Amino acid sequence: MSTVLLGLGLVVGLAMVGAAALALVTRSTVTAVLAAGLVSLLASVLFVVLAAPDVAMTEAAIGSGLTTFLFFFVMGRIRREGAK
Amino acid sequence: MIRNVLIAGLVALLGVAFWTLAAGYVPDAELNRTAAYYAANAQTDVGAPNIVTGIIVTWRGLDTLGEVTVLFLTSAIIALVLAQSKTPPGASGAGFLPSGELLTTGSRMLLPLITLLGAYVIMNGHLTPGGGFQGGAILASGVLLMLLADPSHRFAHSVIARVESISGLAYVLVGLAGMALAGGFLDNGILPLGRFGAMLSAGAIPLISVLIGLKVGAEFSSILESLEETEDA
Repeated sequence: MSTVLLGLGLVVGLAMVGAAALALVTRSTVTAVLAAGLVSLLASVLFVVLAAPDVAMTEAAIGSGLTTFLFFFVMGRIRREGAK
Repeated sequence: MIRNVLIAGLVALLGVAFWTLAAGYVPDAELNRTAAYYAANAQTDVGAPNIVTGIIVTWRGLDTLGEVTVLFLTSAIIALVLAQSKTPPGASGAGFLPSGELLTTGSRMLLPLITLLGAYVIMNGHLTPGGGFQGGAILASGVLLMLLADPSHRFAHSVIARVESISGLAYVLVGLAGMALAGGFLDNGILPLGRFGAMLSAGAIPLISVLIGLKVGAEFSSILESLEETEDA
């Protein structure tokens, strides 16, 4: 693995840890969901760096796409039914 | 205070466990026996330039069938649990918060592109990264966008259920045909391998990819729509 890729992997890994910590400590649910989605998105970047594009596609589509929006979906439903 | 110290201690333990794993990792200098077989015989055995899809769909096809079955069970159970609380059909639009103009207009532009990308990923699974599972997830994210843009929209349940069950049945039938006509369950040799690298090549892999893509897309869509179309009483 070249130095550039190693540095990129290190930056992405540190950003993932930062986003995960943000998801844990934040008080706002929306921020926490977005930060958890960011962890998945950065993980898919890391999979591309590690030469696994097939896994990266699955992670990007399911981990960061569907799961994040599923959270918003359920949050919207809770808000809708709380307003009744 | 004691609670926080305990949590920090546990996290540190986990960190040490991962650190020892990562520190002791030495990359293999050469492929192990199974991987070497796959790498050497991908062109002659399955005819797929993308070895990963060759492994997933043909050599380890049974595992993929199991994965798709797990996903089917999940969507069936979610539908069963939520079916108790169906919204009355006439109530469309009443209880829903409107989605923004930006989302509505944007989804109209993006939806055809997302569907096209999903079809591309499914059809080129044996040539470039991707395949049935990934393409199906992309199709389902298109359905998700449609649901977000127009929450009161109703989907034809019977169409999604039929697509799901027909593609599942055809997947198993293709697998059984592999047993009868070629080397074993889900063997892709039931169709000619064709020219290496062409769109319609690698035997039954494009057919199986399309079936997996339709099945995965229908399963995710049915999970999403049963979450959307139900309401607590």
